Amino acid sequence: MKKANFSRRGVLKTGAVAGAGLMLPTYLRAESHTGFTNAPTGDTVTFGFNVPQTGPDAEEGLDELRAQELAVQHLNGEGDGGMLSTFSQKNLDGTGILGKKVNFVTGDTQTKSDVARAAAQSMIQKDGCIMINGGSSSGVAVAVQGLCQEAGVIFMAGLTHSNDTTGKDRKANGFRHFFNAYMSAAALAPVLEKAYGTDRQAYHLTADYTWGWTQQESMAAATEAMGWTTTQNVLTPVGAGDFSSYIAPVLNSGADILVLNHYGGDMVNSLTQAVQFGLKGKQINGKDFQIIVPLYSELMAKGAGSNIEGVYGSMNWNWQLQDDATKAFVKSFGEKYGFPPSNAAHTCYVQTLLYADAVTRAGSFNPCAVVEALEDFEFDGMGNGPTTYRGSDHQCFKDVLVMEGTASASGNANMVGYDTLKIVEQTPRAQVEYPEDHPMFAGGALGDCNPGA
Amino acid sequence: MDAIILQILNGLDKGSAYALIALGLTLIFGTLGVVNFAHGALFMIGAFCAVTMQRLLTLSHTVIDPSQTDFLGNPLQTKVPYLASIIGADGAQALIAWAVPLSIILVIPVMLFVGWAIERGLIKHFYKRPHADQILVTFGLAIVLQEIIRAVYGANPIQSPAPPMFSGSIDLGQYLGFQANAIVYPIWRLVYFGFSTLIIGAVFAFLQFTTFGMVVRAGMADRETVGMLGIDIDKRFTLMFGLAAAVAGLAGAMYAPIVSPNYHMGMDFLVLSFVVVVVGGMGSLPGAVFAGFLLGILQGFASMNEVKAILPGIDQIVIYLVAIIILLTRPRGLMGRVGVMED
Amino acid sequence: MLGLTKKDFSLFILVVALTLLAPIILNPFPVNSSLGQTFNAGYPALLQRFAIFGILVVGFNILFGLTGYLSFGHAAFLGVGSYAAVWMFKLLSFNIIPAIVLSVVVAGLFSVVIGYVSLRRSGIYFSILTLAFAQMSYALAYSVLTPLTNGETGLQVYPSDPQVLASVGAPSAPHIFGLPMAQSATWSGGGWVFTFEVGYYLCALMLILAFYLSIRIFRSPFGMMLRAIKSNQTRMNYTGLNAKPYMLRAFIISGMYAGLAGGLLAAMDPLTGAERMYWTASGEIVVMAILGGVGTLIGPVVGSGVIKYLENIVSKINDNVLHSALRALPDGLENFLVNIIHPFVGEGWHLTLGLLFMVVVIFLPGGLVQGGQKLGAMFNRQSGNTTAAERDAARQTPSKPAE
Repeated sequence: MKKANFSRRGVLKTGAVAGAGLMLPTYLRAESHTGFTNAPTGDTVTFGFNVPQTGPDAEEGLDELRAQELAVQHLNGEGDGGMLSTFSQKNLDGTGILGKKVNFVTGDTQTKSDVARAAAQSMIQKDGCIMINGGSSSGVAVAVQGLCQEAGVIFMAGLTHSNDTTGKDRKANGFRHFFNAYMSAAALAPVLEKAYGTDRQAYHLTADYTWGWTQQESMAAATEAMGWTTTQNVLTPVGAGDFSSYIAPVLNSGADILVLNHYGGDMVNSLTQAVQFGLKGKQINGKDFQIIVPLYSELMAKGAGSNIEGVYGSMNWNWQLQDDATKAFVKSFGEKYGFPPSNAAHTCYVQTLLYADAVTRAGSFNPCAVVEALEDFEFDGMGNGPTTYRGSDHQCFKDVLVMEGTASASGNANMVGYDTLKIVEQTPRAQVEYPEDHPMFAGGALGDCNPGA
Repeated sequence: MDAIILQILNGLDKGSAYALIALGLTLIFGTLGVVNFAHGALFMIGAFCAVTMQRLLTLSHTVIDPSQTDFLGNPLQTKVPYLASIIGADGAQALIAWAVPLSIILVIPVMLFVGWAIERGLIKHFYKRPHADQILVTFGLAIVLQEIIRAVYGANPIQSPAPPMFSGSIDLGQYLGFQANAIVYPIWRLVYFGFSTLIIGAVFAFLQFTTFGMVVRAGMADRETVGMLGIDIDKRFTLMFGLAAAVAGLAGAMYAPIVSPNYHMGMDFLVLSFVVVVVGGMGSLPGAVFAGFLLGILQGFASMNEVKAILPGIDQIVIYLVAIIILLTRPRGLMGRVGVMED
Repeated sequence: MLGLTKKDFSLFILVVALTLLAPIILNPFPVNSSLGQTFNAGYPALLQRFAIFGILVVGFNILFGLTGYLSFGHAAFLGVGSYAAVWMFKLLSFNIIPAIVLSVVVAGLFSVVIGYVSLRRSGIYFSILTLAFAQMSYALAYSVLTPLTNGETGLQVYPSDPQVLASVGAPSAPHIFGLPMAQSATWSGGGWVFTFEVGYYLCALMLILAFYLSIRIFRSPFGMMLRAIKSNQTRMNYTGLNAKPYMLRAFIISGMYAGLAGGLLAAMDPLTGAERMYWTASGEIVVMAILGGVGTLIGPVVGSGVIKYLENIVSKINDNVLHSALRALPDGLENFLVNIIHPFVGEGWHLTLGLLFMVVVIFLPGGLVQGGQKLGAMFNRQSGNTTAAERDAARQTPSKPAE
C-alpha cells in the first residue's frame, strides 16, 4: 500500500489509514482520516465518466466516452500516447498517475440533472471515483458541479457552454476546458461585421434554459456593440421538434439575420426548418437574409447536412487545426475509431490528461492540491495554442475557432459534419478574454475547495 | 392578418400529424378496444422507413481512390452507390433525392407487417385484460421498439430531405394580395397537409363505402352482435391494426423532412396524440381528426409573439389548458360517446 | 399488534427488517470483487432513492390500488414538494424539519386543487386531466416560473441566500438539528464494507411510517369504502353515498405522500429541477406500481426498488465491466458473451426495462409480487405468515383493476 504524499504546500494532512488485511471503505466521511474523499489506496485510481448515453445527446456522450477511454489508455501507456508527446508538461510517462493504474467507470446522465447527480453519487459513493469528467449540457454541468463540490471530488465539466458554469454557478472543485457563450460571441462579432456589415436587424430564437439565455445575451451584446439591432428574442421550448410557429413570423418581421441559439437536435431541426421556410437567400432591406448558429458541433453539422452551407458559428476546437497536438490526437483517435474526434471528445480527452498532470505536479490526489495545481496553470500542446486555466473563476482561456458551414469537401458520407465545417478564423485568445467580474458572469463565488472527508 | 394565416398554416401542418396519429389510435381503440401506447413508436418507425429507403438507395461499394487521401493520410475510400453503376450517377442522384416519397412503397408493407405481428403476437392476448395492462404492455413495447431503432440508427437526428422540387418555399401571400415575403411557406409542409387530408379521406371512404368498412363500423358500435351474426371480427380487426399502423407509418415517413427522424420522436408525439384523442372523444374518428387540427392551430396561435406578450409561456401549455377546459365542459370530449373508458 | 392483524403485522415486521438491514442486504458481495463492483447497491444515495420512491409509490397505490383512478400526473406533487423544501432551505435554514413539513403541506394543497377538478371525470378522462395539470406545471416551472424554480438549471441553495434561521456553525448541508444527512458510519471486515448513513435512516423511518399508515388505510372502513367505489361506483351512488369526498381524500393523501417523497429527495440532495414533473416521471410511478403489483401492500416497494436498481446499476455496466466479469472464460466465448449482453446493459438499459415490463405484464398480471407468490407456492407449499399476508393483500385486489 502506497502512502499518500503530502500536498505541495502541506495544506492538508494526508495519510492512508493502513490496516493489515483490512480494506478501506470506499466511502469516507468525517470519521476517516485520509484527509479527502475517496483517497486512492490500492494500486489503482478510478475516474468517473458521466456522459449522456441515452436521450437526445447520446451520440455526443458516446463520442466523449471514446475520447476518455483513449485518454485512459494513453495514461496507462497503451496506444501511441496521443497528446502526451506534445503537451508542454512532461510529467506523464504512461505509467498511470503517481504510479497508480487508471481505471474508469461510466454513467448515463440522460441529460437530466437528477439522473446525472444520481450517477455521479454512485460513482463517488460506490466506485470510489476521485474525479468526474464529461457531460453535454450546461444544466447538468451546473448540477453535477454542485454535487462534486459538496462531496469533495474534482469535476471537469465536459461540453458546457453557458456563461453560468464558470459564472454565477462557478465552484472551486470544478473546472471547464470548454469555451463559453461570451467567448463565442466575442469571436464571432468581428467576422460577422466583416461579412454582413454593421447595419443589420437580428431576430433571435433562443432555447429556454440557462445556456440559451446566456448565449442570446452574449450574442445580442456583441452584435449590438458593432451596430446591429436586436429586433426580437423569442424563447422556444427545448426539444420542441417542430419550430415552424416560431420561424414563420421571422421573414415578415423586418429582420435580416436569424440567430439560432439552439443546440443539438433543436438546432438541427430549427436550422433545417428555417431553410425550408426559405429564409436563406431571401432579400430583406436590400440585403441577403443570413442565419447564424453561435455554437456548432460536428454532430449538429452532420444532422443538419447541407443546410449549414454559409452559416457561421463557433467551436472550441476542431480536428482540422494544423498544430502538432491536434494532429497527434486526430491520428490516435482516428486510427482507433475510424473517424475524427469531435470537439466534445477533444475537451474530455484533454481534461482527463490535464487532471492527471495536475495530480502529478501536486504529488497528491487531494482535490485541494489539484485545484491549486490547476489554478492559473499555463500550458501548450493540447490544441488551440497557449492556454490558461484562470484561477479566479476556473474558466479556460485559449484561441476560439470561428467556423463556416460548407459543402462536403471529400464527398465521403462518413465525413459529413467533420468536413462540412471549415475554420474561417482562429480568434486569438486576447480578443475573447474578459475580467472575472464581468456583469454576465457576476453573482457567483468559487468558495473554498472542498476535499470532503 | 398575414401572421394569423401563417399560424393557421402551421396549425394545419402540425394538426395533420396529430390527426393522423390520433386517427390510428382511435381506429385501434374503437375496433379492438385496446389503448395502444406504442402508436407513437409506429409513427417513429414510419419515419425511419424513410431513412431506410435513403440508405437502401445509397447502398454502396467502396472504391479506393489513391489520388486522394483521407484525414489520416491513408488512400481515400469513397463510396459509390450501386445504383449509380446501374442507372448512371445523375439518375441515381435524382432517385436518391426522392427517397422520402419513394419510401411510401416501403412503409406500407413494412407497417402492415409490423401491425400484423404486434396484433397477432401481443395485443391478441390482451383483449380481455384491463386497459391498464394494455397500456403497460404497449408502453413496454414502445420502449423496446425505440431502443432497437437507437441501436441500429444511433441517437443523432438523421437528415432526410424532401425532393428538390418540393424542398424550397413558396410565397403564398402574393396570390392572396399581400406584399412580398408576407406569407412564405415551405412547399413540403403544404404537400404534407395535402397528403394527410388524402389519407384521412381515404380512411373515411374505406370505412364508409366498403363492406369491410361497414363491418368494422358495426363492430365498433356493437362487437357482440356482429360476432353473433357469424362474422369473423377478429380477422378483420387484425387487418384494422395493420391499417392503423400503416396510417401512423405514412404520417411518420412523410414527416421526416420536417423534423429529422430521431429515435425518441415517437414518445414526443405520444402524449400529445393521446390528449388529442381524448379531447376529440374516445372512439370518435371525426372527433380525433377535428381535435388534431384544432389543437394544432391553437398551438400555432399561442406561439405568436403578440399572444406570448400578454400570456407568457402560453405556447407551452395551451394544448393542456384547452384539454382541461374541454374535458370540464364536455365530459366525454368533443364527440365522445357515453360510457366509453369512463369506468 | 399496533392495531394490525397478525398477518399484516408480520408483513410490517418484514418491511421494517428489510429497510433497516438494507445497507447490508444490498451489499452482498465484497467491495473489490468484480461482482461487488457491478451489482452492489448498498451505497447511501441509491438506498435513499429506494426508500423515497418506495414512499412515493406506496402513496400512489393508495389512490390507484384502492380506487382504481389512474393518476398520470403524480410526479407534479413530487416536484412541488421538492421546490417547497428547497425554498425552505433557502429562506430558513438547512434544517430539514420545516422543509419536509412544508413540502407535504404544499403538495397537499396542490392536490386539493388538482384533485377537486380532475375527480369530476373518471376513467381515462381523469388520467388525461391529471396528465394535463402535471405537464402544465412542468412547462411553467421550466420556463415562465423561472424566478421561482431557476428553470432548467434547477433550484439550489446559494451561499448568498438569506437562511434567516441558520445558526452559526450549523452544517452547510441539510441536517436535522445539527446532525448532517450525509453523516455516516462504516463497518468493514473481510472485504465487505457497509455504510450506514443518517440520511438513509431518516428515509427508512419515513418509509416505515408511510407503509404502516398505508396498511392502516387499506384495512380501515375508509379503505373499504374506496374499494367499494372501485368495484361499482354507480351502485355506491344509488345507496345515497356521495363517493366524491372519499375519492378526494384518497387523492390528497396520495398527493401528500408524493410531497413527502419530494421533500425527502430535496433533503437528501438540495437541488431540484422541473424534469421531476415531466410526464415520463409520472409514467415511471405508474410503471413501478404495476410492476410491483397494484393493490398489494408490498408491491409498490418492490416495483420502485427494481426500477431504481435497473436505472442505477444496470445502466453503469459497460463493456469494460463485462470483460472483467467474464475474464475467466476463454477469449472467444468471452467476446461472444460480451456482444450478446452488450445491447441490454449500459446505454441499452432501457431495452432491458422495456422487455421486463412486457414479460411481467404478459405473464404476471399481478406484478412481481404475484411472481414471488407463484415461486413461493412452487417451492414451499407450507408458506409462512408473510406470504399468507401478502396473498391476502393480493386477494383484496378485485380481478378487474382500473383503467
